[in-house]
Amino acid sequence: MWERYATALPANGWNWIAVWRRNFLAWKKVALASILGSLADPMIYFFGLGTGFGIMVGHVEGTSYIAFLAAGMVAASAMTASTFETLYAAYGRMRGTWEAILCTQLSLGDIVLGELAWAATKALVTGTGITIVAAMLGYAEWPSVLCTLPLIALTGFAFASLAMIVTALAPSYDYFIFYQTLVITPMLFLSGALFPLTQLPDSFQQLSRFLPLSHSIDLIRPALLGRSVESVGLHIGALCIYIVIPFILSLGLFRRRLMR
Amino acid sequence: MNLLRQKSTPDGRCRFGTNLFEQEHNRHIDAEHSPADCVSAPAINLAGVRKSYGDKFVVDGLSFTVATGECFGLLGPNGAGKSTIARMVLGMTPPHAGSIAVLGVPVPARARLARSGIGVVPQFDNLDLEFTVRENLQVFGRYFGMSTREIEAVIPSLLDFARLESKADSRVADLSGGMKRRLTLARALINDPQLLIMDEPTTGLDPHARHLIWERLRSLLARGKTILLTTHFMEEAERLCDRLCILEEGRKIAEGRPHALIEEQIGCQVIEIYGGNPRELSTLVRPYARRLEVSGETLFCYTTDPDQVRAQLRERPGLRLLERPPNLEDVFLRLTGREMKD
Repeated sequence: MWERYATALPANGWNWIAVWRRNFLAWKKVALASILGSLADPMIYFFGLGTGFGIMVGHVEGTSYIAFLAAGMVAASAMTASTFETLYAAYGRMRGTWEAILCTQLSLGDIVLGELAWAATKALVTGTGITIVAAMLGYAEWPSVLCTLPLIALTGFAFASLAMIVTALAPSYDYFIFYQTLVITPMLFLSGALFPLTQLPDSFQQLSRFLPLSHSIDLIRPALLGRSVESVGLHIGALCIYIVIPFILSLGLFRRRLMR
Repeated sequence: MNLLRQKSTPDGRCRFGTNLFEQEHNRHIDAEHSPADCVSAPAINLAGVRKSYGDKFVVDGLSFTVATGECFGLLGPNGAGKSTIARMVLGMTPPHAGSIAVLGVPVPARARLARSGIGVVPQFDNLDLEFTVRENLQVFGRYFGMSTREIEAVIPSLLDFARLESKADSRVADLSGGMKRRLTLARALINDPQLLIMDEPTTGLDPHARHLIWERLRSLLARGKTILLTTHFMEEAERLCDRLCILEEGRKIAEGRPHALIEEQIGCQVIEIYGGNPRELSTLVRPYARRLEVSGETLFCYTTDPDQVRAQLRERPGLRLLERPPNLEDVFLRLTGREMKD
């Protein structure tokens, strides 16, 4: 059993790059439309909620509401971008493109790793776009924009890895909506993206400590506001667990699905 | 034609020894002068392989050996297990019993190493439609760990081989079915494979495109490549295969050289008779036939004396008679009692 699983693992540390480059080439052909499309949604929320609620709320945790919201939108947009890429786009590639790649020197693990890295890249593009807009409007410090880049990529990686399990299990596209409505959307409200966690009842605050988006926001928010980040190791460690465990699990599921 | 000649620069690409393209002998000589690593090992060896899904065996106790440099056919109707065998040879699905060795290494345990020396033409094209012809080759070369320079060096000869020089920068979505198939074939050659695995390579192509593919495959055989071909086209199997194995429901029912099989199993002319009641007609011609088979509304009459059979049926209006030499379809019909055509 283990031997069979071992053949699915990534063969080495660089094979995945070929898969990433394939997706990059496909994306390059539609890059402008893709960037504008993926930025539009979070921007509308950012300005809509930021200015609308900002007037009523005033200051939150010692900063303006819109500056508070900026970090939430950066993390949430990274989450959505990599989730969508892994659910819909990777699922679409699974039947044709993956089958072709499996006939080459690459293993299933190389493919999945390449897809995760690609989804994280798309999350990075979207998240960085919002960070730059926020910084231009003075809601974030310029030097801190640089610090947030690896954090955005890490967030993208974690959510891609989680979504990979859903992609491995879903019989068709129709099943993705359950993951979006039952996992992703509630996470947005339970992770302190839109309002401080202290507004939540105790039990929800406890739950929140386990959510990957909370850890991502706890890293990105202080970084963007130029404050010192607390418990960096804990948050990065938690995100890494959300990358590694679902990756191993999804690999087993894909092996059962594609190599039976 | 110096396809892949340029690739034979000693850069470690040819993992299984000398480049077979270098050898200008005919293919049967090549088979004896195979690369050093493969002298003792056949290209493919299956021993007692079984595979089941649920409680249905799709491959049941199958053994066969493909020698280096030959074209070996897996012939059988849809559902006979041909594609499953091809997938097992590639290590994409494990057998439940038996052992498989490909290019001298055990599969699936070391399938990745085996696949580095294999080119695959799958049953359904899985090219990247939004990419150009050239981009498809570039992207695929990278899956074999080739550098951009190495890939660029072989692309011209691959385009030439696939007769796609003028289409290099066209989007694949704009190509015809035959062109897509040829690109899939070119793509399968990018890693300079020793062994090609082709799953129904001409299914769905028009006759012209099909003949072009056959001609290309023969030129690969002439250059010493080994081919494992699955097909349900009798003509394809007869034209291309040195040896073949006829499958029915995952079991081997015959194996040998196409013409030897036909001679051994049939060995006489065939008259196909349509347009009457086959049962009734069979009583008329039985004395002059070596054997009779009924399939659907057709009576197959195997006879050494076609003129006598024709004479017997001369009085019957509305019959259509087709006299022809025997083929693999007849062998299949004889062995299974039914036609292979879907």
